[in-house]
Amino acid sequence: MTMAQTLFEKVWKKHVVAEEPERPAILYVDLHLVHEVTSPQAFAGLGARGLTVRRPERTVATMDHSTPTLPKHLLRVIDREAEKQLATLEENCKKYGIRLYALGSEHQGIVHVIGPELGFTQPGMTIVCGDSHTSTHGAFGALAFGIGTSEVEHVLATQCLLQRKPKTLEVRVDGKLGPGVTAKDVILALIAQIGTGGGTGHVIEYTGSAIRSLDMEARMTICNMSIEAGARAGMIAPDDNTYQYLSGRENAPKGAAWDAALARWKALPTDPGAAYDRTVTLDAAALEPMITYGTNPGMGVPITRPLPKADEFSDGTQRSSFEKAMRYMDLEPGKPLLGHKVDVVFVGSCTNSRLSDLRLAASVLKGRRVAEGVRALVVPGSQQIKRLAEAEGLDKVFTEAGAEWREAGCSMCIAMNGDQLSPGQYAVSTSNRNFEGRQGKGGRTFLASPLTAAAAAVTGRITDVRNLD
Amino acid sequence: MAEFTKITSHVVPLIVDNVDTDQIIPARFLKVIDKQGLGKLLFNDWRYLADGSPKPDFILNTPPVQGAQVLLAGDNFGCGSSREHAPWALVGWGIRAVISTSFADIFSGNSLKNGLLPVTVDAATHSRLVAAVAADQKAQVTVDLEAKTLTLPDGSKTTFPIDSFSRHCLLNGIDELGYIQSFDDKIRAYEASNP
Repeated sequence: MTMAQTLFEKVWKKHVVAEEPERPAILYVDLHLVHEVTSPQAFAGLGARGLTVRRPERTVATMDHSTPTLPKHLLRVIDREAEKQLATLEENCKKYGIRLYALGSEHQGIVHVIGPELGFTQPGMTIVCGDSHTSTHGAFGALAFGIGTSEVEHVLATQCLLQRKPKTLEVRVDGKLGPGVTAKDVILALIAQIGTGGGTGHVIEYTGSAIRSLDMEARMTICNMSIEAGARAGMIAPDDNTYQYLSGRENAPKGAAWDAALARWKALPTDPGAAYDRTVTLDAAALEPMITYGTNPGMGVPITRPLPKADEFSDGTQRSSFEKAMRYMDLEPGKPLLGHKVDVVFVGSCTNSRLSDLRLAASVLKGRRVAEGVRALVVPGSQQIKRLAEAEGLDKVFTEAGAEWREAGCSMCIAMNGDQLSPGQYAVSTSNRNFEGRQGKGGRTFLASPLTAAAAAVTGRITDVRNLD
Repeated sequence: MAEFTKITSHVVPLIVDNVDTDQIIPARFLKVIDKQGLGKLLFNDWRYLADGSPKPDFILNTPPVQGAQVLLAGDNFGCGSSREHAPWALVGWGIRAVISTSFADIFSGNSLKNGLLPVTVDAATHSRLVAAVAADQKAQVTVDLEAKTLTLPDGSKTTFPIDSFSRHCLLNGIDELGYIQSFDDKIRAYEASNP
């Protein structure tokens, strides 16, 4: 009899090509996603060694990080450097026969949005990309993680990676989420609890009734921010929600291949009695809308609570890091954030730019106005999402409320394309990182859900969406 | 890849927890298509004033740390994005080893592929080193990869963990890609049975 195995162990084992004693495993990669920022040096290295791309048909590229999101007639790449980087990706894809969803393509979008929506992302796969938010794809029961540019080169050349087997961390979320509380609040609460290094060396598997009840887009939001807890990958076992989402998608298996795939996928969930290295639990019913106040995603609180005070940190470096964050954010320790002024609201990013996220934001903005002096940007994750949102009139809801409706891309999450905060501005953002300057040099970020972001847009203040008039 | 055996150097102290890769090199500088010349952008937004002149009080701009090859960092150094530009910038400035109580996974892996050694020490050793460097900015440490030891300024030695494969690659300047390629027959066999 085989030992009871976790989802992670099953996917890992299936992809080990070779494993020598005292050496990392050689792991086969099923799907390699590529974007403009972390690939040029890898392609250059490949060329310099006289190598080629081993499996171009398992490699998919898009342009997302530095692409403009202004309406089509204004499309202009920010500078020559970005233009050159985009052109380099185009040349490399052409040279090696890699499918590219370039700027202007009907499927262009954020790499972690288009992978799932085009059906490339499937249960049981190994998926990598030179981007830490590759963890997103784990929502389908794939083992998906971010890699550096040297590793991008390794995968291009060999379709393999050297990997040390990580440990497993079960995050069990049971119970029912209250009104106004979303997947984003679940993951922000987890990171506040275990810290930005809490998952280091681990792959997270999210389990429990609250996770089971989430749709695929909400599951992607949760897995997306596993990296903000320090875990390279987050996984959720596939179930009927997963199969329903995938069925009929462009690159999903069809006919007999679908039936065969389904049989394989159904064997993936963690066996009863399988052991994780660690388990952390969250009570869904006790969660409130979350917001971050500091300069890493672990510095988060329920929106109704006051911020911590310096004397609550016993460790000297932790205290000085907290004080440094408070100075950067220009916030007063011990005071609640509710009512704090907001200059910009950003709804978008690989965390929260899917149709259901836009619907949440629209549910708040419908019939309301963006407050005077507030700039609100809504940036869909892909051209496909943009079309779907427009088909149900969400674009009208946003523009009538006074928000900007943009083209697809990473936009103000990483501020490489010109969409950025000015020094000192405060933003409520549905993205994933509140690091100093992440959304523009000197900008200050509060991370929150699309509901909380939209509520802040309406009032111009940090607002508990549950109390919005 | 540059090989790494043993370095003796004074130390750049940057004792802040959770230093993320956006601080090590901000995203707006990631539009490059090569790896060179990123040392001048290391810690850019902490290092320069709005007019581009160096902030006099930022550690990298102070005379004592010039020429140092070792960075002493806070916990969870290198968290955030997968950008390999972070180790490229550190190495570009001249750093060859970073000492901390812990490192983010992707940063750690990226560093090892660029001849930059992450040296993990326990909290007590870290505190002693912080105190020693605060007392004497020219205090020297020795990182010996062959022996897996860190020698503190007072002469005491502590060992640090590193897996044997990474150590072997760093000591000999071996590139991982060549190692993976040596398994080509196994990769082919895997592909044949997993079409």
